Amino acid sequence: MLDQSYYDKTDEIIAEHGSDQASLIPIIQDIQTEYRYLPPELLNYVAGKLGINEAKAYSVATFYENFSFEPKGKYVIKVCDGTACHVRKSIPILERLYSELGLSEEKATTDDMLFTLETVSCLGACGLAPVMTVNDKVYPAMTPDAAAELIRELRGA
Amino acid sequence: MSYMTINNRRVTFTNERNVLSVIRKSGIDLPTFCYHSELSTYGACRMCVVEDDRGKIFASCSEVPRDGMVIYTNTPRLQHHRKMIIELLLAAHCRDCTTCAKNGVCTLQKLSRQLGITDVRFENNKKQLPKDMSSECVIRDPNKCILCGDCVRTCDEIQGLGILDFAFRGSKMQVTPAFNKDLAQTDCVGCGQCRAVCPTGAISIRQNVEPVWAALADKNIRVVAQIAPAVRVAVGDKFGIKKGENTLGRLVAALRRIGFDEVYDTNFGADLTVMEESKELVERLESGENLPLFTSCCPAWVKFCENRYPEFRKNISTCRSPQEMFGALLKEEARLNAEKDRQESRESRKTMVVSIMPCTAKKAEITRPEHFTDGEQNVDYVLTTTEITRMIQEAGIDLAQVQPEALDMPFGLSSGAGAIFGVTGGVTEAVLRRLAGSSRSEDLEEISFSGIRGVDGIKEAKVNLNGREVKIAVANGLGCAQELLEKMKAGEVHYDFVEVMACKRGCIAGGGQPVPIGPRTKKARLEGIYKIDSMAQIKLSNENPIVTTVYEGILKGKEHKLLHNEVN
Ligand code: SF4
Ligand code: SF4
Ligand code: SF4
Ligand code: FES
Ligand code: FES
Repeated sequence: MLDQSYYDKTDEIIAEHGSDQASLIPIIQDIQTEYRYLPPELLNYVAGKLGINEAKAYSVATFYENFSFEPKGKYVIKVCDGTACHVRKSIPILERLYSELGLSEEKATTDDMLFTLETVSCLGACGLAPVMTVNDKVYPAMTPDAAAELIRELRGA
Repeated sequence: MSYMTINNRRVTFTNERNVLSVIRKSGIDLPTFCYHSELSTYGACRMCVVEDDRGKIFASCSEVPRDGMVIYTNTPRLQHHRKMIIELLLAAHCRDCTTCAKNGVCTLQKLSRQLGITDVRFENNKKQLPKDMSSECVIRDPNKCILCGDCVRTCDEIQGLGILDFAFRGSKMQVTPAFNKDLAQTDCVGCGQCRAVCPTGAISIRQNVEPVWAALADKNIRVVAQIAPAVRVAVGDKFGIKKGENTLGRLVAALRRIGFDEVYDTNFGADLTVMEESKELVERLESGENLPLFTSCCPAWVKFCENRYPEFRKNISTCRSPQEMFGALLKEEARLNAEKDRQESRESRKTMVVSIMPCTAKKAEITRPEHFTDGEQNVDYVLTTTEITRMIQEAGIDLAQVQPEALDMPFGLSSGAGAIFGVTGGVTEAVLRRLAGSSRSEDLEEISFSGIRGVDGIKEAKVNLNGREVKIAVANGLGCAQELLEKMKAGEVHYDFVEVMACKRGCIAGGGQPVPIGPRTKKARLEGIYKIDSMAQIKLSNENPIVTTVYEGILKGKEHKLLHNEVN
């Protein structure tokens, strides 16, 4: 159960955009910005307010990869697994991070809500491959060791 | 009138919606996955492609016919194209046809055979997803889904529910309820209309065949069948019997051969429903309370109303559905007989009631708490027409070759009014006959022409009952029911009696019926039902002598206990 404040905030956001069905995307975008994720309860809530089926709203939200139904950590790490990064060995980096953070393909966020680890296909910086980002800051030419070191720094910070 | 040239033949057309319809009308069965005449056009499967005289290839379902068009439907390029599509679909498909629920009726399988696919060149790298077995009515197996969207549009556009939709994109795309929920956690009403349109085994009927076989083999169980009105005009489909023909007599014979001890007709249960529901209508008209009276014989509709319009819950009739009334009666009789046996220290067999139904939602109806009497379930299993077809085939019986037999007594008589419960408007017509109380053909005709027959989504009628004008509406399909309820909520319309059948055209097109259920099949089944009524010697439920007998006998003083919902 989400706190009432979440629904109040959502009502505000809906009021800003109006409750046409076309406002669905900007509304859930704002919710995601507000909470760094899109709580499933709020997606259903918005769908109800806009007169859209839950399944349809889910369809829209999953079409765009940047919506996340899971709360994200303070640091969102994205490891690129596009073609260029892949051939330059991005997978060992990913695996090192998984073990360093105790995460897996199924579990993306650490229990202390500090780190979220995701893969993306091509960050558009192929010349710097292999690439990863932390909260949109780009780290070029990574190695598993450098990645582990970076985690230690962030933990300390 | 305009014309186009299809494969060098001149074909005329008038107001066809798209080129595909013109092609089909001309007798060519162009393959499709995502086109249904009653749904919006999605245009995604690309199976319906044709080529024009300039070599342009396009999807015929999404193109408006133009005068003078020249098209080809089977050029080498098109053949190649279609084969490629099938191969791609098969590549991402769980291909265990031998154990699939749709084995033999799957469109993907049929087209692979037709197009001569012998090998799939692409590798299957799809992750296996879990099946959703949560619903008592239908099973979803996402590994067999080809993403045609037919179920999505049916549940949304026809049923107004929108339980299923596409999620994710690219190679991860799926058709699923919101947040990958199980169907049982959604507002799904179990109507099975998604299953009726699904071309593959991705949505199939929840099967109850095994426990029924076990009971049939058990000498200590007396297995009693009841057959719903809409089954008899559909069960012949897979045996090469003419569409819509009444196969009741043959079905009775076949059921006896596979071991049912007694075989009855749910039409008799429908006669009881007519008696009770008309009484209820008269009472409510007199008291003016809880009007309009909503019919209660369609469990998908009842669930829909509970989920989405709880404020109208009290309007639903307290009558049990025909299968439940009949089941309760059969079980009561069995309890009395067992009691007698006990007093005379005889062994008695346990009675099991199996309903043969066109309907997947009926499978969920029987386990609802209000459908128990004295702690005992009124109906033990529901087998759909599709499942009974399988059992008959499994027993090696060819229904077309079986000599028809008569139903068992004492419940083997029913009226034409009971028969028409299988089509939209039928419950209303049956109740009106009873209330008008006349079997003169002019009076019967007046009722049938009052506006309640036909295939419109919402039908309205006004009839005069003992000097009072009674306003009636019939909703044909849940989408239309929703429309009607919204108007009622807004105070735009007022009625005294509202009939709803969840499936468009009624139970003849129920989610458990043999597929495909195209427009011609629906028409044939509809006509089949009305023919049964017109041939029936008894037209009114109250003129059925057995109805009188049970009211004076076993039902006496127990009408409410057996025929109405205990919990409401
Ligand atoms: S069974 Fe009926 S309500 Fe449920 S998903 Fe299928 S079409 Fe929709
Ligand atoms: S479940 Fe069936 S009808 Fe629905 S999209 Fe998949 S294949 Fe098509
Ligand atoms: S209309 Fe008939 S077949 Fe369809 S859900 Fe209702 S009872 Fe079942
Ligand atoms: S592939 Fe990694 S940045 Fe392009
Ligand atoms: S039937 Fe035309 S694209 Fe599917």
